[in-house]
Amino acid sequence: MKRFVRLVGRDLMLALRQGSDATIAVMFFVLVVVLFPFGIGPEPNILARIAAGVIWVAALLASLLSLDRLFQADFEDGSLELMALDSLPLELVALAKATAHWLITGVPLLVAAPLLALLLGMSRDGFGVLELTLLLGTPSLSLIGSIGAALTLGARRGGVLISLLILPLFIPVLIFGAAAIDSALGGLSARPHLLVLGALLAAALPMAALACAAALRQALE
Amino acid sequence: MAAVSLSLSPVPVHPKAAPVIHIFANPARFQRLAEKWLPWSIGLTLVTLFIGFTLALVVSPPDYQQGEAVRIMYVHVPAAWMAMFVYVNMAIAAAVGLVWKHPLADLFAKAAAPIGAGFTAICLITGSLWGEPMWGTWWVWDARLTSVLILFFLYLGYIALVNAFDDAHRGAAAGNILLLVGAVNIPIIKFSVDWWNTLHQPASISRLGAPTIDASMLAPLLVMGLGFTLYFVTAVLIRLRGEILARKIRSARFYES
Repeated sequence: MKRFVRLVGRDLMLALRQGSDATIAVMFFVLVVVLFPFGIGPEPNILARIAAGVIWVAALLASLLSLDRLFQADFEDGSLELMALDSLPLELVALAKATAHWLITGVPLLVAAPLLALLLGMSRDGFGVLELTLLLGTPSLSLIGSIGAALTLGARRGGVLISLLILPLFIPVLIFGAAAIDSALGGLSARPHLLVLGALLAAALPMAALACAAALRQALE
Repeated sequence: MAAVSLSLSPVPVHPKAAPVIHIFANPARFQRLAEKWLPWSIGLTLVTLFIGFTLALVVSPPDYQQGEAVRIMYVHVPAAWMAMFVYVNMAIAAAVGLVWKHPLADLFAKAAAPIGAGFTAICLITGSLWGEPMWGTWWVWDARLTSVLILFFLYLGYIALVNAFDDAHRGAAAGNILLLVGAVNIPIIKFSVDWWNTLHQPASISRLGAPTIDASMLAPLLVMGLGFTLYFVTAVLIRLRGEILARKIRSARFYES
């Protein structure tokens, strides 16, 4: 456990020293959302209606951004090989990497989301649920994304390939995330959707760790 | 040449302890068997598809509601079956390839992927063609349509991933893991009509699940399903032989240089 935390801490430190990853993801998130009023027109009713979906799609794209470098640097300089030799199982290494990715890109999205919801004129009733869905959903995105990052290690055009592989797998999270907000806005209970989001996260935790570790082993072979 | 065949043989297993799949996992034996099977397989496919199309397009009656458009279903439904069947096969091959490291399993998944993608595309296109006169729209964001579309993207993603590596083994291994991860979509497709009936527009596809289909329509459907399966077997045999030969040529060139 101590090693796990230390690995997460190391990745956070690296990201903070570089300083760009977190801000780039959140800036991208904001910019994508801001594009929609330009494309669709400033009609408040339409914007409020599509706010939940737009914010979720933008969050999904933003969390894709830095995925291709999740393992790349460690793979190239050989630290990944050292981590694989370490007594900490590779599954936990993968989980630590995904956790760090979520802390760097997912958490800033949580902070920026209410502001964007305000800009799009989403009703106040949806704010709490929006935060809850992002809190439950973005860790799943990081976990599923880590599989793609591990699979494409050493591939040609890895970055584009990740989006091709991972975006279809993101769809369930997107569906339930946006549906929860919509039902809260419509005066219905968001609970069933939130429960499914939680279930997706609970399933993604072990499965992503296993698949990611298997993919890393193939890459290191 | 000795080195070439060595590089192709699977992990050595004790002959007595070996299950049946190990026997058939030998590429050289596969090549010999495939050569014998192939003419029969091609013949059976052509005959079955001929009978199937005759039954579906000529013999079977038009539907009392859908009219002649019902004939699209004789292509659409078997294609949908095959789209899932091929993926399940590829996922099983992927598991076998990861566990026992049989080279033939990797090659099978690689050979089957474009065929599966083709079936999925046929399924989506024919469904769209049928939907236009029946539902009045080319596309609905219904749970089943959407999940089949995701299946199509999974096929494309797999093909892209396998071909993205300079090292063919690495590509196959990465592809195998992706296939297993993507297998979660198969139950979603299968049960989407049951799970999301209340949320999305009620799918009219479930009419096949009930035994309400008349024998005069069920017969061509089943024959077409058989014909599509035979076509898949034939196409996979041909593609698999090609893959094995391609790999042989690659390693022969490698050892020559």
